[in-house]
Amino acid sequence: MPTNDYVAHAPGYVNNEGPKLVTKRFEYADSFTLQRFLATDGYTGLRTALTKRPVDVHNEVRGATLLGRGGAGFPAGIKWGFLPPGKYPYYLVVNGDESEPGTYKDRLLMERDPHQLIEGCLIACYALGLSQCFLYVRGEMALAQERIAQALNEAYEAGYVGRNILGSDFSVDIVLTWGAGAYIVGEETALIESLEGNRGMPRLKPPYFPAAIGLYGQPTIVNNVETLANVGWIMANSAEQYRAYGSETSPGTRMFAISGHVRRPGVYEVQHGVTTFRELIYGDNFCRGIRDGHELKTFIPGGGSAPWFFEEHLDLPLEAGPVGAAGSMLGSGAIVVMDETTDAVKAALRVVQFFARESCGKCTPCREGTRWEEQILERIVAGEGRPSDIDLLLDIADNISPGPYPVAAHHAQGLEAVPFPPKQTTICPLGPSSVAPIASTIRRFRHEYDAKITKRDPIPLRIEVLA
Amino acid sequence: MSFFTSSNLDLAREIVGRYPRPRSALIPLMHLAQEQHGWVSVDAMRQIADLCGVTAAEVKGTGSFYEMFKFHPVGSYLINVCTNISCMLLGGEELLEHAQYRLGIAPGETTEDNMFTLEEVECIAACTEAPCLQVNYRYRLRVSNTDFDSLLDRIRSGAEPDLSKHGTLTNVRQQIPIDRVANIVPPEHAREMPVWLHRNEASTTQAVN
Repeated sequence: MPTNDYVAHAPGYVNNEGPKLVTKRFEYADSFTLQRFLATDGYTGLRTALTKRPVDVHNEVRGATLLGRGGAGFPAGIKWGFLPPGKYPYYLVVNGDESEPGTYKDRLLMERDPHQLIEGCLIACYALGLSQCFLYVRGEMALAQERIAQALNEAYEAGYVGRNILGSDFSVDIVLTWGAGAYIVGEETALIESLEGNRGMPRLKPPYFPAAIGLYGQPTIVNNVETLANVGWIMANSAEQYRAYGSETSPGTRMFAISGHVRRPGVYEVQHGVTTFRELIYGDNFCRGIRDGHELKTFIPGGGSAPWFFEEHLDLPLEAGPVGAAGSMLGSGAIVVMDETTDAVKAALRVVQFFARESCGKCTPCREGTRWEEQILERIVAGEGRPSDIDLLLDIADNISPGPYPVAAHHAQGLEAVPFPPKQTTICPLGPSSVAPIASTIRRFRHEYDAKITKRDPIPLRIEVLA
Repeated sequence: MSFFTSSNLDLAREIVGRYPRPRSALIPLMHLAQEQHGWVSVDAMRQIADLCGVTAAEVKGTGSFYEMFKFHPVGSYLINVCTNISCMLLGGEELLEHAQYRLGIAPGETTEDNMFTLEEVECIAACTEAPCLQVNYRYRLRVSNTDFDSLLDRIRSGAEPDLSKHGTLTNVRQQIPIDRVANIVPPEHAREMPVWLHRNEASTTQAVN
């Protein structure tokens, strides 16, 4: 049952102790209105930005080392610097297509504080000379769409968005657009395809960044919702103050959603790079441990795409570097905790099933491979698995994301970990992501696979060839 | 004959005008068609094609990629039960099973009275509140079997007036006042450097009112 730490009007959000940069208005029931926003320092960051030269605004954000919150963790200030000079117009596309299993922070930011996001968009457009902004919100998030539409209507009326913003020479339109149900559209080039009215299939790389060729072939910045939500705070305060939170390499705060078998699951704003997984899962200020009478089995540290972590990883800080070195990623800030009652093979199947269903079908290894992985795992879970299935799974995995994998042959070389970041035979990381749960569980819970595999391999069919 | 009602046709043209290229309005217009009709018919796709300057086949080609678009009638209330990892850990699959039993239909099917369509869906971003579901894309969190039953009862007896019929996502729509529009033109008509970037050449900062 929800405890009183949960905020009734923002289900899932836990208003714990600690610095609040992007969730500071969540405590107000009317946090999404212009009135509340203005009463709580809203649009101060925009006003400050407009008194500075655009290049200085960009430098301030660069100086804050604001890391992208969508999954890759690339510094926003540096990404902004990739725009080729003079190739106008430039566009801003906001990625609000949050669909990664276990993740939800962007939805809360859009539902609870849409003006904060709009302010971030405006500052980015001002700093970089972006001509138009498209706010792409996941189709299934009806309330977020409603709140953003309402906020944009208020902001247009009040002169914060549109022509001659706050009486200045800065003008930009922000258009709210909805997705229609496709995980892959969260990949930035697929998002651009979708915005152009096409099937949401990722584009061939290079160019690696849409800053070179993006929407309508023009230079385009694609930023995650949470990333932009931080920009207003940075401008209203300063890069220096921002860097006072979090760690040297990962400043500021970050939102994490911790779900699964914990006592107090929720979305928390956490100091970036300082807090450890152990504090987050067991700390009194956070999830307060595994549910009664149970113990930790495994946890996914960064959404469905991330390789799984175990007991020995609990003391890693929530920072891209150390988590990456340990063979996984922080990804989109989603931690899924599983206790000892969890069937590891079934859990892996469910995550693989997700990727099989959401594969866009553009690249053969992913389109066919994820489906095969799903079918093999399904038959293992159903008790129909064969002894050769584990090698078959790893062989398919190797064709989507070349190994080495934890098969016996590699043990001598000490190659036990899942290769990370994954290599890929596909255009985007969706297919390779399906390998993470398979490799993680085979490596750690091979005995569970073996226990389920009771059938023998079928006798190979021999065809006698007559001479 | 027009598929869109005259007010929706005006709205459709306004939506097309918000994008530098008309084709970008394709997905928003399919949502509009679904709002008017509950699902996307062939007539709707033909008219969207005209409005966006593409063929009807291209509209279907794009639309069929996205699972929210329905090309056949569905129930007034679309119930999406999540069974992805976080929900699975806390009973999402059992909830889906219960839903099938109560509604007497399998995922993807519609009840005989055209009231409910049931679907098994992927993560709907409410993972800490598992198991969860959406009715016409509005959340119901930490749903027990009893909660599910009473939800059905309330919908059947009209006690959930806030839930719109399938197709309507939001009650508020973005409106851009004509006199507030900055500049929405095709990219080939926006090759000039945005005016405020000239401030970069100034050595001093400027005041704003």
